[in-house]
Amino acid sequence: MDIFTQQLINGLVVGSIYALVALGYTMVYGILELINFAHGEVTMIGAMVALSVIGILMGTAPDLPGLMVVVAGLLLAIPACMALAFTIEKIAYRPLRKAPRLAPLITAIGVSIILQNLAMLVWGRQYVSFPAVLPRGQHEILGAHITDLQIVIVVLSLLTMAGLWLLVERTRLGRAMRATAQSREVAELMGVNVDRVISATFVIGAAIAALAGVMVSAYYGLAHYYMGFMLGLKAFSAAVLGGIGNIAGAMLGGLLLGVIEALGAGYIGDLTGGFLGSHYQDVFAFFVLILVLVFRPSGLLGERVANRA
Amino acid sequence: MRTKHLLSALFMAGALGLAGCGDKPAEESGAVIRIGSVAPLTGPQTHIGKDNENGARLAVDEINAQGLQLGGKPVKLELLGEDDQAEPKTATIVAQKLVDAGVVAVIGHLNSGTTIPASKIYHDAGIPQISPSATAVAYTAQGYKTAYRVMANDAQQGKALGQFAVVKMAAKKIAIIDDRTAYGQGLADEFEKAAKEAGGEVVAREFTNDKATDFTAILTSIKGKGADLVFFGGMDPQGGPMAQQMKRLGLSARLLGGDGLQNVNFLKLAGADAEGVVASSPGLPIDSMPGGPDFRKKFEAKYGVIQVYAPYAYDAVYALVDAMKRADSAEPAKVLAELPKVDIQGVSGPVKFDAKGDTVGGAVTLYEAKGGAWQVLETMK
Repeated sequence: MDIFTQQLINGLVVGSIYALVALGYTMVYGILELINFAHGEVTMIGAMVALSVIGILMGTAPDLPGLMVVVAGLLLAIPACMALAFTIEKIAYRPLRKAPRLAPLITAIGVSIILQNLAMLVWGRQYVSFPAVLPRGQHEILGAHITDLQIVIVVLSLLTMAGLWLLVERTRLGRAMRATAQSREVAELMGVNVDRVISATFVIGAAIAALAGVMVSAYYGLAHYYMGFMLGLKAFSAAVLGGIGNIAGAMLGGLLLGVIEALGAGYIGDLTGGFLGSHYQDVFAFFVLILVLVFRPSGLLGERVANRA
Repeated sequence: MRTKHLLSALFMAGALGLAGCGDKPAEESGAVIRIGSVAPLTGPQTHIGKDNENGARLAVDEINAQGLQLGGKPVKLELLGEDDQAEPKTATIVAQKLVDAGVVAVIGHLNSGTTIPASKIYHDAGIPQISPSATAVAYTAQGYKTAYRVMANDAQQGKALGQFAVVKMAAKKIAIIDDRTAYGQGLADEFEKAAKEAGGEVVAREFTNDKATDFTAILTSIKGKGADLVFFGGMDPQGGPMAQQMKRLGLSARLLGGDGLQNVNFLKLAGADAEGVVASSPGLPIDSMPGGPDFRKKFEAKYGVIQVYAPYAYDAVYALVDAMKRADSAEPAKVLAELPKVDIQGVSGPVKFDAKGDTVGGAVTLYEAKGGAWQVLETMK
């Protein structure tokens, strides 16, 4: 039982990070029907910027408490990612807004490759280690180990998701976003500044991505110019699983994917008598994704595409 | 139809290019002998790859400075560095590229997973390949007369690790994780065999991949099986987070690894959680190598800290040059005939090859991470 609890906790922690990144995919898709493949790289840049700031702070002021150093890193990573996403949208996607849908998709892949290589030039090709500055408290719940960091990751993710939900449902900007998602033309006719709403969507997604990036690098103790790729792929799958374009769906999809992966990798070997090993972790997660899509093509919480259009 | 023409045109161009290379063997074309060096120069293993290339480059620069004479004429060595990205697919492409560029020999590749597919290309082209660091048994077991290595192979290393785990670390319940690469899997298989022979019980065999960072699921499952030792067949980018996650999950089991973990980067990535991790490295510790301290001085003056295999890449170049001197030629066929006779005192110890191309009497040394550095535990022969 304690092993099961532990796997569940493992899955929830990773899942909440997936969910945060998935939000960025789903928000952009909801409004532009564009899959922003560069989003994983924005997460990576967030982690890298934060790590650089942390490194500099630790070098110049070694007496600062660790938590403060990390928060400072995060606070600088967020605006950096916001500026980056704003620029990407303006340069790479806006000129193509009226182009066939395939064009911005290819551009997104291009931006993703450019960002990866830029990061490689700036931060080098090595793994950058996350300095051990965070408190390393551990607790035991139902026989499972949970660290302070894990609790912070889950709580902060949930708060961020709640905040985003409030923003979308309860504010003027949120209403403008929902209106733009429903119909860009009509929203424009009603006086919504669509360009600004789209920019805001990218920027908000990037801020959340920066947070997720710092969490990932703190959790695994490292960052790397390539880390955004797999993370982005998983988060994108999570968004699709939950129903892309749907914010609650991204959260649910992320958490589910994390848990499925953890349970899959943890139990698949024993369940199949060693026939399938834990290297089928990803296969297991994507198999569930396919299964869901077969029965619910628009994802768990997604609306039917026919009704939306 | 058009594609077909294009293809045949390309093929012709390629054939012409090849023919062009064949016309002027390196020896006569201005006394420059090209040697290839292949290792991942991009991606997660860049630091180790660059280390290999630097080791080879140091040797080449030294030999050029001393002046090398073959067939009565002075010759210069030129090292062509290629990046195989640690990808088997890329490895065969760059191998072909080097063959086309007319290299007379190749020092490389770094990973077993890239060395093995590339070895077929060098074999078909008839040029010698000396890998400084590929340790998978399969590499020299293919029967290629062109495949050599200067490092103890996985059978030798895995055997030492398995015995050490059971006899010296008193492990009873052992969990094994490998990263499904030729290196990781091969090492883990040899370890498993040796550990079982020595009387250890293997309670779990788990797998990951060489890009993963999350091992909590498999580690939790291992914890549930009450393992007191976790063996990881893989590299430091995975080993570092793995060491951290073991502590975080409250696993009391010790982490044991091969030469993929025994480097500076692992200590950096694992941080405080590296403490107590045991890892092996084929050969002797750099400072107990006959030429170790001297090599360290030369290397660090030029390239900075030694990661792990640089001395072996260096020795591989000298072994190759020894064969060239014996043949008094850089012609691949003649060099190949002399390689089995190579007998030099390298930085890492005497370099001699057996009939398969494996190094004779390779030693394996075990280290423990203590206070942020690797401390020698013992050397096993």
